[in-house]
Amino acid sequence: MKLSVWTYEGPPHVGAMRVATGMRGLHYVLHAPQGDTYADLLFTMIERRDRRPPVTYTTFQARDLGSDTADLFRTACEDAVARFRPEAIIVGASCTAELIQDDPGGMAETMDLGGIPVIPLELPSYQRKENFGADETFYQVVKRLAQPMERTARPTVNILGPTGLGFRHRDDVAEITGLLADMGIEVNVCAPMGATPADIARLGAAHANVLLYPETGETAARWCEKTLGQPFTKTVPMGVGATRDFIAEIRAMLPDALAPSEAGLRLPWYSASVDSTYLTGKRVFLFGDATHVMAAARIARDEMGFEVCGMGCYNREFARPMRAAAKEYGLSALITDDYLEVERAIEDAAPEMILGTQMERHIGKRLGIPCAVISAPVHVQDFPARYSPVMGFEGANVIFDTWVHPLVMGLEEHLLHMFREDFEFHDAAGPSHHGGKAVARAEDAGGQPPDPRSISGPVMEETGADVVTWLAEAERELKKIPFFVRGKARRNTETFAAERGVREISVDTLYEAKAHYAR
Amino acid sequence: MPKPPATGCGAAPVLKERGQREVFCGLTGIIWLHRKMQDAFFLVVGSRTCAHLLQSAAGVMIFAEPRFATAILEETDLAGLADAQDELDNQVAQLLARRPDIRQLFLVGSCPSEVIKLDLGRAAERLSAVHAPHVRVLNYSGSGIETTFTEGEDACLAAMVPALPEANAKSLLIAGALPDVVEDQMLGLLRAMGIEDVACLPARRADDLPAVGPDTVVALVQPFLGETLAALTRRGARHIEAPLPFGDEGTTAWLWAVAREMGVDANTFARVTEAPRARARRAIAAASGTLNGKSVFFFPDSQLEIPLARFLTRECGMDAVEVGAPFIHRAIVGPDLDLLPEGPTISEGQDVDKQLDRARAARPDLTVCGLGLANPLESEGLTTKWAIELVFTPVHFYEQAGDLAGLFARPLRRKEKLRLEAAE
Repeated sequence: MKLSVWTYEGPPHVGAMRVATGMRGLHYVLHAPQGDTYADLLFTMIERRDRRPPVTYTTFQARDLGSDTADLFRTACEDAVARFRPEAIIVGASCTAELIQDDPGGMAETMDLGGIPVIPLELPSYQRKENFGADETFYQVVKRLAQPMERTARPTVNILGPTGLGFRHRDDVAEITGLLADMGIEVNVCAPMGATPADIARLGAAHANVLLYPETGETAARWCEKTLGQPFTKTVPMGVGATRDFIAEIRAMLPDALAPSEAGLRLPWYSASVDSTYLTGKRVFLFGDATHVMAAARIARDEMGFEVCGMGCYNREFARPMRAAAKEYGLSALITDDYLEVERAIEDAAPEMILGTQMERHIGKRLGIPCAVISAPVHVQDFPARYSPVMGFEGANVIFDTWVHPLVMGLEEHLLHMFREDFEFHDAAGPSHHGGKAVARAEDAGGQPPDPRSISGPVMEETGADVVTWLAEAERELKKIPFFVRGKARRNTETFAAERGVREISVDTLYEAKAHYAR
Repeated sequence: MPKPPATGCGAAPVLKERGQREVFCGLTGIIWLHRKMQDAFFLVVGSRTCAHLLQSAAGVMIFAEPRFATAILEETDLAGLADAQDELDNQVAQLLARRPDIRQLFLVGSCPSEVIKLDLGRAAERLSAVHAPHVRVLNYSGSGIETTFTEGEDACLAAMVPALPEANAKSLLIAGALPDVVEDQMLGLLRAMGIEDVACLPARRADDLPAVGPDTVVALVQPFLGETLAALTRRGARHIEAPLPFGDEGTTAWLWAVAREMGVDANTFARVTEAPRARARRAIAAASGTLNGKSVFFFPDSQLEIPLARFLTRECGMDAVEVGAPFIHRAIVGPDLDLLPEGPTISEGQDVDKQLDRARAARPDLTVCGLGLANPLESEGLTTKWAIELVFTPVHFYEQAGDLAGLFARPLRRKEKLRLEAAE
């Protein structure tokens, strides 16, 4: 039993739904109790889909238990096939149906459903989660339907991994399809998103596979490599460097591929532009799914000039590559799906910005740390009306804008340093390009509201030899430092003091530390 | 007050449907119940699906640490490797240690906990003994195999009834969770009529438990409280039958039934209700121009459908095509059914694909349905009102009557307002 308040991933059958909803002509018959239909609204509301997900739920109730839940499943299967006329169906159980052991897969295989392929799913709800569910479902569909076949005359690839309810999948697919077209490569099939079962059957015609989302497509990509002899790309083209590496990978696989134009790429110049110098060394904390975090870390360090001060992922399946990646940044990776643990880690690291999920956005809000969203779990805001990929060259441009937006910008930051005691133009007013009303300084308003980013109060709680106390004057001085660097200043000063056995922090200690850590 | 229809829907045949149901399970009620009971915590004993439902259903990630959580069952709990009861004790001990403000803890059963027959009643008794008197531990099931959406609140309130103190004098109990502001308005109206001693279930805080006994009369402000009413009746309480307090007519009829029961004279009643009634009528009129003559189709959702159809047809001039409810408690919604003019199909339960076929054939001007259906129907050219908003918005009594009509008028007004086609 594990206590959970918020979860990063849904149950595995929601992953299967993401595959079914991404595809066309595939129907999912899900043995599930009434109530599990809530999952439909993830697609119709968060993603604003104009169609119901292609899912039939048996919606059994207590009175059905022990009598005819199996019959209910058979009827639901027959009705779904008669009504929706799918090319193939996938069948499975949600967490509750798994317990009553009706074996929907076995039942469906023995039924007369007009000869369409029936693909049974075994998704252990009490062990695995949403990404596993999507990856496994896609793999089962591919394994069942794809055949070795003659390759196309022209160089082609399949795009593997995009699903319904994916973080920016819609636009990433468009961007990478365009990039490939620029290289003279056609996309044979993009799957699951947009593919029919008939399309899956002709996956084998492509010369190679582009694996955009390892979380949801890697098992299928490995199967294709082994059975259909298709190599697949290992670099996820997110960021400038990774996109260039991806292009090199494709050109090694397909010698006829051309070099694409970089004409629309703006990130390198924007990052080099002098107004970006304020980004230098900003400490960022990264959390999300492993693929997006690993890619974001490289962008953060090499393309934005940030310092990565913490990173991790919620999907345990990718713990190994995540740990290896973190090592490159001199960090140890945080692998957890407990958002309270993530919150503690962020508090400890005191970053100047968080690149995370919607959960970290809430954590950032609580801690007063700006946050940009880089990964699922998705929110209605992650489906913008405008074109906004995070992959390819346009994706790099989008990332630059997205990551800069939450920060207090360039000269404004300097002005805050200069006039930090100004009664109107103080740091609590927030960045001037954001909405919201400026708040009066807490000191002016009288009294101390419980401000989450306040550093007053009991500064060091530990007792023992390494107790460090802030003298009142030093604490006042610390408060004059703008909030976006205050956490770092406080931590650095305390570390500096502790290392030197200084028990009391004075204004001098603060500035000694500042000089020590100056870069 | 308009006359009751010559023939209402009280005796109309009910289309009973059985098939795929596009509805929430009873766990969803936690989303408003945990705000209503300010010192209560709801611990769902369930699966990852339950946790995912709670965070998805209402997009409620606004509270840094809400007063609900899910104890997610894992493989070891199911295989009997870990004693689930011991595990639960540990989880509860940790939770209560971290949240000393909690005075009531609800252990909420889910589909998986019901199927594996995890005895939460026993757990609640044991934990109550451990954590009394500071914390009262109760249990109910919000599982989808037993409860549909608002039936979760019914199950929760019914679970509280046996623990209520005994009332020895004549007392008035109002059952059903209302937003605090609406509850205060209601209490204000009753007080103005001279009814001072009114208790509410649920109470806002654990220390204010209402009493119940053979001299208690109970009025319901929600139509889905069948089990709660049965539990109160077992304690000796008597139900005041009335239409539900939606709109001018429903509110007036409801208040009058309560007033008569409590010995309030007609003059006092008229004096107290006159001004707010007039306000309600004016506010409804602002929206009813949009609604008048339009047809409405209800998919089953919260059991509010019948009282709301009564409001829309009798006070806003709409024509009901179909009124679907997940379950019909005749003892509660009977008065509303009698007032609903004959004509609409009254359906109970759901076979969603068949019902969608009926809606497509009828092409109603307004379709009231769940979030899973709304956008797909909009894309087919129908205008929809999401039903969940009717549960999450203050809509009861006079001062909200205009807002209630406005909720239905807004999608229609929006459709009229938008000019998205190419200029001719």
